[in-house]
Amino acid sequence: MRAVFPFSAIVGQDDMKRALIVAAVDQSVGGVLVFGDRGTGKSTAVRALAHLLPPMRVVAGCRYNCDPDASRAGCTDDCPASVAGAKIKVAKVPVPVVDLPLGATEDRVVGALDLERALTRGEKAFEAGLLARANRGFLYIDEVNLLEDHLVDLLLDVAASGENVVEREGLSVRHPAKFVLVGSGNPEEGELRPQLLDRFGLSVDVKTPADLPNRIAVVRRRDAFERDPEGFVREWAGEESKLQRKIAAARKRLPEVSVPDAGLERAARLCMALGTDGLRGEITLMRAARAVAAIEGDATVDDGHLRAIAPSVLRHRLRRNPLDDAGSDARVGRAIEEVFAA
Amino acid sequence: MNEGGQESRQADPTARWGDAIIAASLFTVDPAGLAGVALRALPGPVRDAFLAKLRGLLPDETPWRRMPAVIDDDRLLGGLDLVATLNAGRPVVGRGLLAEADGGIVLVTTAERLSAGTAARIGSVLDTGQARIERDGIALVLPTRIGIVAIDEGMEDDEIVPASLRDRIAFAIDLGGISIREMPDIPITREAVLEARERLSRVVIADAQIEALCVTAVKLGIVSLRVPLLALRAARAAAALSGRESVDDEDLRDAARLVLAPRALILPDQQDQEGEGEDAENPPPPPDQPPDDAPPENAEEQEIDGDLSEIILEAVKASLPQHLLEQLTGAISGGAPSRARGKATGAAKVGSLGRPVGVRRGEPGRGARLNLIATLRASAPWQPLRRNLAGESNGSEIRVHVRRDDFRVTVRKPRSLTTTIFAVDASGSSALNRLAEAKGAVELLLAECYVRRDRVALIAFRGKSAELILPPTRSLVRAKRSLAGLAGGGATPLASGIDAAALLADAVRRKGESPAIVILTDGRANIGRDGQPGREAANADAMIAARMAGASRYRALLVDISPFGQPLAQALAEAMAARYLALPQANADKLSSAVLAALPKA
Repeated sequence: MRAVFPFSAIVGQDDMKRALIVAAVDQSVGGVLVFGDRGTGKSTAVRALAHLLPPMRVVAGCRYNCDPDASRAGCTDDCPASVAGAKIKVAKVPVPVVDLPLGATEDRVVGALDLERALTRGEKAFEAGLLARANRGFLYIDEVNLLEDHLVDLLLDVAASGENVVEREGLSVRHPAKFVLVGSGNPEEGELRPQLLDRFGLSVDVKTPADLPNRIAVVRRRDAFERDPEGFVREWAGEESKLQRKIAAARKRLPEVSVPDAGLERAARLCMALGTDGLRGEITLMRAARAVAAIEGDATVDDGHLRAIAPSVLRHRLRRNPLDDAGSDARVGRAIEEVFAA
Repeated sequence: MNEGGQESRQADPTARWGDAIIAASLFTVDPAGLAGVALRALPGPVRDAFLAKLRGLLPDETPWRRMPAVIDDDRLLGGLDLVATLNAGRPVVGRGLLAEADGGIVLVTTAERLSAGTAARIGSVLDTGQARIERDGIALVLPTRIGIVAIDEGMEDDEIVPASLRDRIAFAIDLGGISIREMPDIPITREAVLEARERLSRVVIADAQIEALCVTAVKLGIVSLRVPLLALRAARAAAALSGRESVDDEDLRDAARLVLAPRALILPDQQDQEGEGEDAENPPPPPDQPPDDAPPENAEEQEIDGDLSEIILEAVKASLPQHLLEQLTGAISGGAPSRARGKATGAAKVGSLGRPVGVRRGEPGRGARLNLIATLRASAPWQPLRRNLAGESNGSEIRVHVRRDDFRVTVRKPRSLTTTIFAVDASGSSALNRLAEAKGAVELLLAECYVRRDRVALIAFRGKSAELILPPTRSLVRAKRSLAGLAGGGATPLASGIDAAALLADAVRRKGESPAIVILTDGRANIGRDGQPGREAANADAMIAARMAGASRYRALLVDISPFGQPLAQALAEAMAARYLALPQANADKLSSAVLAALPKA
């Protein structure tokens, strides 16, 4: 196992870190899109996230990571839990963070006939793809704006339904595929399709730090990591486990966090002021604000939580004028000031 | 990147050859760490000598692979090896070119033609040292620690290696203008490189030296943080090559000269105006960085060693080519640094055949390509049965029995990528407010193209000639930026404008995409093709240009933006076989909807 640059050793980039942690605390906020300058540690942060997630309970031997506590017995026919009268074994496994690399072919993404078994043994078996592995976890696409269109279409379908339906080569398989979509990219390489943009609950804009001390810290830590990965990881192990505990605690606290009416109203007014389409913005804003409150150890959502996460929730939901240079961040900022001043 | 013309090269070719060889030798000390060399050179003895020297410094067994700029994922990343699979009767993995080169060098020829997608795949391999394959039923991670030599023969300034790749590789070398007589032998040997490799992991660098490199990078206007990191590795390699185990000032100077200088965006002298272009836009991140985040470092970071960075800066300044200095000065007064107009790396070409939308049963031929993987899959379930049958009849040795029924072909949905080329009359006669409207319209159309996944390009003509302001792109960010920098005023070289649009349309068509031309003008030319003023000759030239463009039958639209409608403009439109649209009162909204209506999607 190769050492991974620790999440807590990433200098600055607070918006990005907050958005990822929020998604880790409450997966239902939807995905995270990290767009911005080159070399800002976008993919480093996402890959480091895997180590922060508390392990999850799965039905042992189920290749779709299905939840033993779910009401239905077994997610699919080939899940061990679906066998009538079987005693379900529960295993604790790390939450999957699955990388979908550019150049991946469709059969690996959705799954296909297991070629090896078919050719050598003449068996018709389904070989699960990346979507199966990502179920109940995260699916990460670096350079998401360069992903081939037909794969994007496919992801949109699955993300909308939470289910992967495979009808090919005489196979007919249907399995759960609920995952948090995390994408990163550089806008100079091309824009993201609007339909895909809509799938992300949170989006952050990352910029290279401009101040010298931070820049030096970035270079120094990166260098230290490259010189001695294991040593560096050990050095940061304390910080990492602190953050890990923080996330675990926040997940536990989350169901108890309440949203006062005033908070609901603020969120609604903010969305109205910005003219975001539909209710998705408000719902995501409430969920994300609750997650922020849970992370900070608070029992109720207050203005501070809403303010902290609102830009990430709303900046990509503005009525689309993709050329508005004033920048969506500025528009969201203005609306926040207006609504919260009242 | 050295973006100069032939006439204004850095003074001393001998010194530049020397630098090129030093860069090559540092690269051979740590190929995967320094990640690569962007080499601008035409084919010829100088380039051959450079590559031979580079090859000569590497151990014989080092992989050395050539890669064309246009390459399939199968070959680049790997996939199912069909021949081997058929022979073995079970899936066999074929490694891609990148993974084959593990531990060695990949030479990318005509690297200016790398698509954004290919560059991103290579970038990911450089970042992680691994090639991840999720293809053809294979999931595999292969160690792929490689260095890249990206050779571009770009004659034009904008024909350079994609920015995403340049950002990741340490060196940029321009061999232009060096003749074979000016190549002194630089006494660096393979043995020295091998020793340096062995020493590299022990080379230490002082904190103050890291800081100095960071400071220097900022003073040169270099935004990306990968760059100072690459400079740092170069300094380490330089120390190792000199037989030392600690970095000294000379190593820093080498690193700065070879890694930082080619990317300088602002002049070191102008550092007093701390506003430094880029940085002004990026307010420093909020100071609420958690105090527990960086306990040991913060204290000392506050005071940064200025002297050392000054010394390094001097070294950089001395090596900045003269024309670059001029260009940089210009870039600052003109706003956007030249970086803003990179090569059109956008819009990865998926393939002129269209994008694959599925697989169907059928035989190859007449444009349909056999999909071997799907074919194999289709045949797979029948193997035992067919083997039995075949065994009964003649006991053949065929490993995999494929029948005609199994043939599968890829269904492709032809995609006609439309590139809309705007040629905007930015002359004085088109009055400045009309230019603003034209810009507004282009922006709105851009937004439309964005939704339709089309591309746009922008040509402006004013003064004596036409200029390609924005090469075909899908990036709104870049489009927006180049549009903002478009100034108006001057004469009207209409013929050049039409010529430029037609030329670009031709290039677009050759790529198998469909061009559409939109010309915004008042039709009143006063500069001829030869650049000479004179209304009559200019109009005649414009008419000829229009007829030539018309002969190619591009979808075209001529928008007359003069206050009362011009018969001249109408005649031009006719000659171009273009639609004519008089929009005396046009505002941006009207204009864009008119254009959309007049140019239905192909």
